[in-house]
Amino acid sequence: MEEERQRRGGGVRLCCLCNRQRASLKRPKTLQQICRDCFYRVFEDEIHDVILSNRLFSPGDRVAIGASGGKDSTVLAYVLSKLNHAHSYGLDLFLLSVDEGITGYRDDSLLTVHRNQIQYGLPLKVVSYKELYGWSMDEIVKMIGVKNNCTFCGVFRRQALDRGAAQLKVDKVVTGHNADDIAETVLLNILRGDIARLSRCTSITTGEDGPIPRCKPFKYTYEKEIVIYPFYFIAAATSTAAFANPSPLSFTYAYFKKLDYFSTECIYSPNAYRGFAREFIKDLERIRPRAILDIIKSGENFRISTTTKMPEQGTCERCGYISSQKWCKACVLLDGLNRGLPKLGIGRSRAGITGRKDRNENYGGKSIDNKQCGTLDF
Amino acid sequence: MACNGTGCQSTCYKDEEEPSSSSSSSSPCSKPSTDSVKPESTNVCCLKCKLNDAVSGYGGVDDGRFCADCFKSNLFGKFRLAVTSNAMITPTDEVLVAFSGGPSSRVALQFVHDMQERAQKNFDASRDRSLPVFGVGVVFIDESAVLPIPSTEMEEAVEVINSVVSSLAPPMKELHLVPIETVYSSNSSDGKEGIIKLVNSVSDPTGREDMLLNLRMLALQKVASEFGYNRLVLGSCTSRIASHVLSATVKGQGYSLPADIQYVDARWEIPVVLPLRDCFAQEINMLCRLDGLKTLQLSTGPSSSINGLVSSFVALLQEENPSRESTIVRTAGKLIPFHFNRIPEIVDGNVPLATRRRQKRYNLKPNESVSSESFCALCNSPLDKSEIVDWSNVDNSRSTDIFYSACCSSCQFQILPRDSMTMEQFYMDLPQSVIIRAKQANNGNLSLLREQIQDCLLSDGEDET
Ligand SMILES: [Zn+2]
Ligand SMILES: [Zn+2]
Ligand SMILES: [Zn+2]
Ligand SMILES: [Zn+2]
Ligand SMILES: [Zn+2]
Repeated sequence: MEEERQRRGGGVRLCCLCNRQRASLKRPKTLQQICRDCFYRVFEDEIHDVILSNRLFSPGDRVAIGASGGKDSTVLAYVLSKLNHAHSYGLDLFLLSVDEGITGYRDDSLLTVHRNQIQYGLPLKVVSYKELYGWSMDEIVKMIGVKNNCTFCGVFRRQALDRGAAQLKVDKVVTGHNADDIAETVLLNILRGDIARLSRCTSITTGEDGPIPRCKPFKYTYEKEIVIYPFYFIAAATSTAAFANPSPLSFTYAYFKKLDYFSTECIYSPNAYRGFAREFIKDLERIRPRAILDIIKSGENFRISTTTKMPEQGTCERCGYISSQKWCKACVLLDGLNRGLPKLGIGRSRAGITGRKDRNENYGGKSIDNKQCGTLDF
Repeated sequence: MACNGTGCQSTCYKDEEEPSSSSSSSSPCSKPSTDSVKPESTNVCCLKCKLNDAVSGYGGVDDGRFCADCFKSNLFGKFRLAVTSNAMITPTDEVLVAFSGGPSSRVALQFVHDMQERAQKNFDASRDRSLPVFGVGVVFIDESAVLPIPSTEMEEAVEVINSVVSSLAPPMKELHLVPIETVYSSNSSDGKEGIIKLVNSVSDPTGREDMLLNLRMLALQKVASEFGYNRLVLGSCTSRIASHVLSATVKGQGYSLPADIQYVDARWEIPVVLPLRDCFAQEINMLCRLDGLKTLQLSTGPSSSINGLVSSFVALLQEENPSRESTIVRTAGKLIPFHFNRIPEIVDGNVPLATRRRQKRYNLKPNESVSSESFCALCNSPLDKSEIVDWSNVDNSRSTDIFYSACCSSCQFQILPRDSMTMEQFYMDLPQSVIIRAKQANNGNLSLLREQIQDCLLSDGEDET
């Protein structure tokens, strides 16, 4: 923007949307130069449109926001409660968090979620592994050691979220998956040959056959814009010396060393593969911002034969959770743990739950095929 | 072919890692040369013949399992299976091989030649001579008009190409050396000017590359059609196709993608076939090394396009897991192909029964393929429903607007100029064949739309198109 001003001899570059205020940022999604107010307007309007055009909610719905404490779910919680108010969606919103029981890892983010609860005035529910499964993640790791194809994180976290949602008696769960996450998942499913998941991963709502549907209001929202969104709030809060007494609008979220999406990854052995794809998408975005939306569009338009279906879902005989097998994946894993045979669970469950036939070759533990922890479901 | 088609030359111009003319043809088993064989594998016996030492360096999951001879026959076997099970080449065919000088099209040419040679032998040996031998021609498209290729390099390339083609006889093969500006029907100096203007008016680097691919396909089709060929063979290998799968996905071409990656693509006047669809770039490079096949790569300058980015991404993935490329192609292979992804005459009696039976076994089921009648005016990719625009109600619309609407959204974004002045010029500079196709496409769209809304139309006879 400095350059721009100089080139125009000190003249001020106006926002290309309102043509009134000074442009203060280049919108990542479109590269338009826009003002701060217009940024907030388009950011929120787009999400509102997505919610309306996809009929994500009905009036009176109880909706749980999967809150990890990271930026995506924090911004989602804020924007959703704002839109709920502004457009009278008539939703009862809740924050839902999972405590895996990992010393030092979740402490930060759970603290953040607790703070968000107060800031946004949303009731918070935390479900813990210990209480749900009788095992904390720390204890599981003590038992099985650090595996490079850990099955536990993904399976347990997904089920924990569903169980928490059931306890809250909500109609829907919303998660903070953004456009970058979805584009990445499309690519990963192509790379690992998972045609069944490829056919569903761009749906804005999933699990409609299951107990509680999940949706992604940020499906078309760029990660960079989610990062920008709280920026001015934080800046404003700092400048007005509101430091000691945070305004109700200030944003608090945990600064994970890695990106937020990492919270869905196995904490102990993050998948190198996802890193490749994530880097690739960042490179693409640099050349052509629209590429992220184009990947999602491709994912939506793929012609996938109706014979490629996910296995039929039943319910777990042990816990009642949806499962294509007699026992759900979590129960198989837990059974293994409780009998001191965790490997049994891993081996049997792998082919079981997804019905995939792919060979999970591991090349130095970096294989993309071990997606257990990488499934972006939280 | 979509905007970034799997055109043969693309395989060979840019995407091969080891394209240099390699002369090391090692003797297969006892004394392998060090550059192509890992030292630890020298003592491993070939899994297939159990006679010779295995060689490695050809990548994939079978790397290091076969000896040179078994590797070669295995590779040729993949080619032949693709040809026969898809009825790519039958005895009466005239086959045009698109040759860029790169390893993939070099191997495609070699294999087609080997097949032709065998057919000739059978013909000479047979008493009744009932089965004719298919004809083979070779085409090279000279793109120096629009690519920064040094003229000396191009002269050398032409020499190499001449010597390669003349060495592959008998049977004799006609060589067509054609400049890319041949897509203009008028004299070539006009054409050269036109094509430079056309390509330069595309500002997006990826769009420019893809525009060139479109023009290359037009040129290949033109040569094939003018000289009476009925098949166009491209050297697209698994690795190249894997890159195309990701590029197309990234460009939002998910709908049309399956059209480009099948063995057969008969949406063109002359059906295009990809017999090396199941062969890896590494295998192809290995064969070139083993057999001392001469290849060349023209220096075309650096690429900052999405295509280039995707290629290096796929190379990284393949390094990390040697079966990644085939997994990508396998995934995309599960997408539903189009009705034109098969040799059209397959239903009539010209095709031997055995082929038809194989076709049934391997190829798409007819009812599963998508029936689409509308194609992008620029890249000829099938349009998805949302891309089809009805112009029947718009009077006096400008021809450039109509053309714009006849293009897929990907071409609209990355190729067509934004401002109307440049667009006007772009349209004027287009080869006539593209304009004609656009007009046909619009008529096609119209009838397709009419079909969909037929029950809503009150009277049909009023506005004939
Ligand atoms: Zn503005
Ligand atoms: Zn884990
Ligand atoms: Zn269970
Ligand atoms: Zn052998
Ligand atoms: Zn197009």
